Amino acid sequence: MDFQPSTEQKALQEGIRAFCEDRISLDVLPALAEAGGFDRVLWKELAELGVFSLRLAESQGGIGLGAADVVLVFEELGRRLAPGPIVWSELAAGLIEGAATGDCVVGGLDLVQVDVEPHMIEHLDALDALILLREDGLYRTTPDALQATPIDNPLDPLTPVHAVTSLSLSSLSSLSKAERIADAETAKRWRLDAMAQSAALALGIAEATLELALAYAKEREQFDRTIGSFQAIKHMLADMFTRQELARASVYAAGATLDHPEVGDVEQAVRGAKLIAGEAAMKNARACVQVHGGMGYTWEIPAHYYLKRCWVLENGFDAGHAHADWLADRLGAGATDGG
Amino acid sequence: MGERAMDLRYSQTDEKFRNELRAWLADAVPAHGTVPAEGDWDARRGYDTGWQRKLYDAGYAGINWPAEYGGRGAPLSEQLVYYEEIARARAPYVGVNFVGLLHGGPTLIVEGNDEQKAAHLDAILKGEEVWCQGFSEPSAGSDLASLRTRAVREGDDYVIDGHKIWTSFAQVADYCELLVRTDPDAPKHKGITWLILDMRAAGIEIRPLRTIIGGTEFGEVFFDRVRVPVSQRVGPENEGWRIANVTLRFERGTSFASQMVELKRFLAELVDAASRVTRHHASAWDDAALRREIGHMQAESDALWAMVKLSVSQANESGVPGIGGSAVKLVYSELYQRVGELAMRLIGRAALSWDDVGGWPNKRFLYSGMQSLSLSIAAGTSQIQRNIIAERILGLPKDR
Repeated sequence: MDFQPSTEQKALQEGIRAFCEDRISLDVLPALAEAGGFDRVLWKELAELGVFSLRLAESQGGIGLGAADVVLVFEELGRRLAPGPIVWSELAAGLIEGAATGDCVVGGLDLVQVDVEPHMIEHLDALDALILLREDGLYRTTPDALQATPIDNPLDPLTPVHAVTSLSLSSLSSLSKAERIADAETAKRWRLDAMAQSAALALGIAEATLELALAYAKEREQFDRTIGSFQAIKHMLADMFTRQELARASVYAAGATLDHPEVGDVEQAVRGAKLIAGEAAMKNARACVQVHGGMGYTWEIPAHYYLKRCWVLENGFDAGHAHADWLADRLGAGATDGG
Repeated sequence: MGERAMDLRYSQTDEKFRNELRAWLADAVPAHGTVPAEGDWDARRGYDTGWQRKLYDAGYAGINWPAEYGGRGAPLSEQLVYYEEIARARAPYVGVNFVGLLHGGPTLIVEGNDEQKAAHLDAILKGEEVWCQGFSEPSAGSDLASLRTRAVREGDDYVIDGHKIWTSFAQVADYCELLVRTDPDAPKHKGITWLILDMRAAGIEIRPLRTIIGGTEFGEVFFDRVRVPVSQRVGPENEGWRIANVTLRFERGTSFASQMVELKRFLAELVDAASRVTRHHASAWDDAALRREIGHMQAESDALWAMVKLSVSQANESGVPGIGGSAVKLVYSELYQRVGELAMRLIGRAALSWDDVGGWPNKRFLYSGMQSLSLSIAAGTSQIQRNIIAERILGLPKDR
């Protein structure tokens, strides 16, 4: 038992952070949004950095790491709002040729999640391969097999979306060329991994929004003093810190439990992390807007990008309320891992 | 890759320890009987210290104390196993041993001299010595450093005059970790000294206070020319504030660990009660809003326990809990209060009785609902914890 990240893991994380601070600085976000929220050159660089091949064996060109390392890396990607279908592409590495190297951009649609229609798919125009995740398995198809209408005004300027018009929930018959590439067990595992990764991205957002709000609170002056000296502001920031640390613990625990299922109930850990980190991100992003006052409400400062990304993450791989309901059902069945 | 951390696996040694402890608790807990009646403090002291002695004899006392001071010196993982098993077995809580075991003793280990360590540490571990805390005063609550209880040097003694409050278990304590003002002219943080006070000394008067739950576990302590030998001073004169902060970090750091595990059990109890409550021809557990709330609490409680594991890892490295303990305490206090309130809401009008009625666990549910209010006040209010996070972790300026 050693729950702290090791020196090696910290170094891995710092490497990713340094790259992101250099390549995805907050200043480039408007241009990135202008370019449709995707940058193939950046994607290739992320791939070369090993972001998609972390868990591949060395014989497959990866570095043989585990889910715990993945959440550390995704925490950093979340912190800088790394664009593109990073969750799907990391999952697809090893299963789809070229995903690990960034040559094949893989996106997907989670059809297990019960949701309103129409289905919304992210980054469709950037995709080279499309995965449909159903309870009975994973299906691969081409992006153009999907009839979908581009949305002119996506909520997140960095996450373009299409509304799917052709897909019936119950069957894939409307899709030609859908090839089943993995079984139900793999599909289930993908969802759990995707939840943990989304939770890690949310943790990064919780951290970044605290950083932004804190820097502003230390510099902005009103009533002849920095606003960070007022308890009303300090306590908001302290609560942001507390939410961030709670989220960190739950996300790290999700990674550790995925790697070693004997330490607890994997699904309980992963869903709990998605719920807790998702809330931390959303609440911290809102608080970040509030601390910035009027400027926080503008497009000029990056708080809005973070808040909007929170909504993208919240509505992927089950929203918070669905996780809470699942946990309650598990508790009611007397089957929770009491820890 | 070589070394891989973020690992929650217990080792075979840990699991062996768990099995031994679990087996021992299975016999020892029922054999120890039930908690004495509320208000019978002598019996309560006997119950709590008797349990401590049993832990000592079985080799489980002072789980995180270094072996050289008689503790088990257990590695982090064994400490966590210990907290999990103690909660699982519903073993007696530390009770009157709280101050001695969880912060007075640990403070002596870090700051005391050899004589002080020899005089007290073994006795605390064996349950032979009960400690209380003399920090807060009527005019020095959150602003602890403004305390006014005076200590004036007379020969080899300090002579104490003043008034402490919120002193838990004062009526059965043998010693008190006492903060006094030794230099009234110095800035307030620089004139404080940390003393070991013998509660049998002449001139001490104890007046119990009745709490929100009706008990008298804490009270006021008055000092009228009480003599404390200078040899009972811990650390240098006027350095008591720094030492008090070591004490407070222990108090905020890991001392709530077993109650956090207990919280998870409590959620399962709520589900059980909810399935027995009938509302609108269905059980309360069929209420989607209630389920969602409890599911949410489950996620929070799991995350909190993970947070304790991270926090204890840090404490394990440095020996003293990190100031991150403030965040743990904030989450725990707030969550426990919500769970307690939900428990009382669940049993509806049955919650109008402290005594168990109609098969409901009134005592337990009302205790959680009402006693939990102390959590965001004791050991530094939630507002003070937020100041600590804002100023000492986030580096924001002080506001006075």
